[in-house]
Amino acid sequence: MKILVLLKMVPDVVEELEVGPDGTSLDLEFQRLIVSESDDHALEQALILKDRHGGTVTALALDQPDIDDVLFTALAKGVDRAVKVTETDTALTSRSTGTVIAQTLPAVPDLLPVDLIVTGCQAIDDLDGQVAPLVANALGLPYLGLVTGVAAEPDADRATITKEYAGGVRGVFEVPLPALLGLQVAEKPPRYVPVAKVRAAMKSAQIAAVPAAGEPVATRIDVLDMAKPESASHAEMLEGSPEEMAAKLGELLAARGLV
Amino acid sequence: MVKGTATVDSVYGDLSIDTLLEHPEGRELLSCIQCGICAGTCPYGDAMDYPPRRIIAMMRAGMLEEVFASDSLLNCVACYACMAKCPRGLRLTEVLLPLVKEQTFVNLPEIPAELQKALENTLRYGNPMGQSPRKRAAWIKNTDVPIRILKSDPRPVDVLWFVECYTSYHPRGQEACHATAKIFDALGVDFAILGPEEKCAGECARLVGEPGLFDALREDIVALLNKYEFDRLVTSGAHAYDAFKYLYPDLGFTRPVEHTHTFFAGNLNRLEPLLSKKLDYRVTYHDSCCLGRHNGHYEEPRSLLTAIPGVTLVEMIHNRVNSICCGGGGGGMWLDTYYKSKGYDRLSDRRVQEAADAGADVLAVSCPYEVSRFEDSVKVLGYESTLMVKEITELLAESMEA
Amino acid sequence: MAQNIWVVAEQWRGQATDATFELLALGRELADGLGTSLETVLFGHGVGDLAGEFGASDTVLAADHPAFAVPTAEAFGAALASLVKERQPRCVLVPLTNVLWDALGILPAELDGPFINFCQDVRVSQGRIEADCLLYGGKMRATVVPTGDGAVFGLASGVRPPDQGRVDRTPTVEAVAPAVPTSLRVQFKDFHEPEAADVDITQQDVLVAVGRGIQTQDNVELAEELATALGGATCASRPVIDQGWLPLARQVGKSGATVKPKLYIAAGISGAPEHTEGMKDAELIIAINTDPEAPIFGVAHYGIVEDATDVLPALTESLAAMKE
Repeated sequence: MKILVLLKMVPDVVEELEVGPDGTSLDLEFQRLIVSESDDHALEQALILKDRHGGTVTALALDQPDIDDVLFTALAKGVDRAVKVTETDTALTSRSTGTVIAQTLPAVPDLLPVDLIVTGCQAIDDLDGQVAPLVANALGLPYLGLVTGVAAEPDADRATITKEYAGGVRGVFEVPLPALLGLQVAEKPPRYVPVAKVRAAMKSAQIAAVPAAGEPVATRIDVLDMAKPESASHAEMLEGSPEEMAAKLGELLAARGLV
Repeated sequence: MVKGTATVDSVYGDLSIDTLLEHPEGRELLSCIQCGICAGTCPYGDAMDYPPRRIIAMMRAGMLEEVFASDSLLNCVACYACMAKCPRGLRLTEVLLPLVKEQTFVNLPEIPAELQKALENTLRYGNPMGQSPRKRAAWIKNTDVPIRILKSDPRPVDVLWFVECYTSYHPRGQEACHATAKIFDALGVDFAILGPEEKCAGECARLVGEPGLFDALREDIVALLNKYEFDRLVTSGAHAYDAFKYLYPDLGFTRPVEHTHTFFAGNLNRLEPLLSKKLDYRVTYHDSCCLGRHNGHYEEPRSLLTAIPGVTLVEMIHNRVNSICCGGGGGGMWLDTYYKSKGYDRLSDRRVQEAADAGADVLAVSCPYEVSRFEDSVKVLGYESTLMVKEITELLAESMEA
Repeated sequence: MAQNIWVVAEQWRGQATDATFELLALGRELADGLGTSLETVLFGHGVGDLAGEFGASDTVLAADHPAFAVPTAEAFGAALASLVKERQPRCVLVPLTNVLWDALGILPAELDGPFINFCQDVRVSQGRIEADCLLYGGKMRATVVPTGDGAVFGLASGVRPPDQGRVDRTPTVEAVAPAVPTSLRVQFKDFHEPEAADVDITQQDVLVAVGRGIQTQDNVELAEELATALGGATCASRPVIDQGWLPLARQVGKSGATVKPKLYIAAGISGAPEHTEGMKDAELIIAINTDPEAPIFGVAHYGIVEDATDVLPALTESLAAMKE
């Protein structure tokens, strides 16, 4: 099975986010980026399928700060080929990211057709769209999002997909291949790869660079204002030692008839 | 002090499990007399399929692959007990175990989630808890004394204080930081910190079997240290102290290294007059593995404690070379759930019980991992009202209060 | 151009969901504010009777097709896009839920118009429609306007009380028949029910929820003890469930259950929107987190900046002391 994984970088929210000087976008100058969490799960699911049935996995991402680290890590984990799409605007919106990737994929040497394209079902910056359905539609592939399980026999032309619904209910779907899946989580958490392996990959492996084909689409929205939510303003904060606060809470609950 | 550690040459650099027997240190392992003291002294020896004695037997038989396929060495908390007791003086914890643990780690079908997260965080954020690197020096906002950060004020300095992770981020570690800063200031020491540039010294990464992560951290830190002029490095981390002393010289870092406690003990003549407040505590001291067994600093921490007016020092049944590990070394800090799932006792529980049995009302420690581990155990065992856990600097600072 | 406001109805196994009524309440406000009509889009199979519940809207555009029973991008999403193109509403409000996820996600690919996701609120301001969005895992808020008509808004749950969208009135029902491809590639097969849950967290009056901040699996016990003392149950945010520390059926949030207990204690939960949308309608929320900046304090009524593993046992003890 030939699998393509699409990876995308998003702001790392471990670091404090700051609003840029324009007041309507994130200040990316000092912002570290990290691979989108559900994309990392998509990579894991691809590697699980490869471990199970053989085949090849290609990882592709737009060229963004730290993307080489992400792609070398993917190579160290077992990806066969890494491709970065260069000459793109790093401040791409999700809608443009999807569009640029869809337009560029046919231009990547020896890549298409693949049996399966997997990526994350969402990213924390998906304000104006999601990459997975945009690429699926542009390539004319069937699409399923919120995927939590993929089962496909090595040479089968169909896959059985599990999707997640509320309350722990899972929906089972069948889809012909090739297809594009937006992963919510992989069957198991993304694997660890020893740093020595990543460093070895950095020395021995190559990341292919492919210039972006086509243009980002104009986003059809205006951000008037961006600000950090005043998160702590709602809750009334209790003070004191854990024991003192626990006593206050006990009184609060008693007053409401909860104990 | 453990035999063989006084003059550590750069044995760490070029050793691998494949080349072990080409090296004199490795060949010496074959002189093992199979006495089994290592297993007997290991705190998890009863749970270990392959204690050092058996590993060496398997090595002789050319059957190391079997050892690597077991997760046995995940139980090794790198406490130096086996090495300290080995009658042949074999460098088990220094040489053999890290190499075997590396193979164990690579072969694990699944890395315990907590450990994986800690390693990923350490690589990405420079600290195992996944805190923002930019907030590494956030604790200085609540400190009364001025603290110089070298990045913004790179003038030469006497003491570069390498704060380390738990001390920087953990609320209890930060309290030790405030105390340490206060003591430096009171002693008139010219000191500075690396601040947000600092990252984990990596000792635990190496000793859990992830030497590649350790190498990456070490390269970054040595490059960073080379940027600044300082006379000595003083660290709050017992594991960092060990790493700087034995593992960083490989990359050319050769400046003097001290632990905060040995540094303060060395300045005791000036410190003692400042300890004015009587602390009416019965204190027992937990010898940390790195500071104690591996480096023989048994008396310096005790000298600090006995210098505090009012303090009575009592000993736990296991002390000095016989001290029992808190369970946090060698990656054990992030394997509590794994150990729990295997049904093992918490080593920190054992230790806190000993402190209680010794009649102490303060358990004094010298390693940043220990405060949270022992405080948890104090809660688990129900000694909250009778036993406090304190980093030694916290007690010193308390005694300096007017 | 019709310029109506549309709400896409969500039905789950034959029932209209609260998310639908929340959006009907919001849609009514927008339609009244703009002096236009509110229309509900009801796509489904054999659920035409639900139209009568959507009295908050003036009209229900109802389509029945077997492929609409479980919404997919290919059938439901594409049909919705074609109806939008044909009728050109002023805007389309879609619940950002798992049921309609794929159908919503495909719209920006099918339509050329604006698409605004993660909306917490939508309102009419100076004659135009603007939305408040919560981005970057809840760490940033943005006010966004579409630059054209036909905007699609993906809305988080809880924008309005669902009861506000339940209006006892009979809407006009108009049958519509958007095109559905004859050979669909994505085939729904079956639902798999979760493993028999020991406890139905949606039925509990008191929930003690744990997040990653609880640190270790052992500490879940601290929450269990408190839940027992309060006569409730434990639940968790996704990371804890993923660790396997509690069964899947105990998961609260976007991919878990939506709960509305009388008391919800969030211990070591940072409060990502994926979690808060499943619990923010609880009557009383108490949040315990070491990070004073944690977004959970934005939805909580009372907050404690402290290690949850310290506060939980302390609260259990104080409750025990009160009973004595």
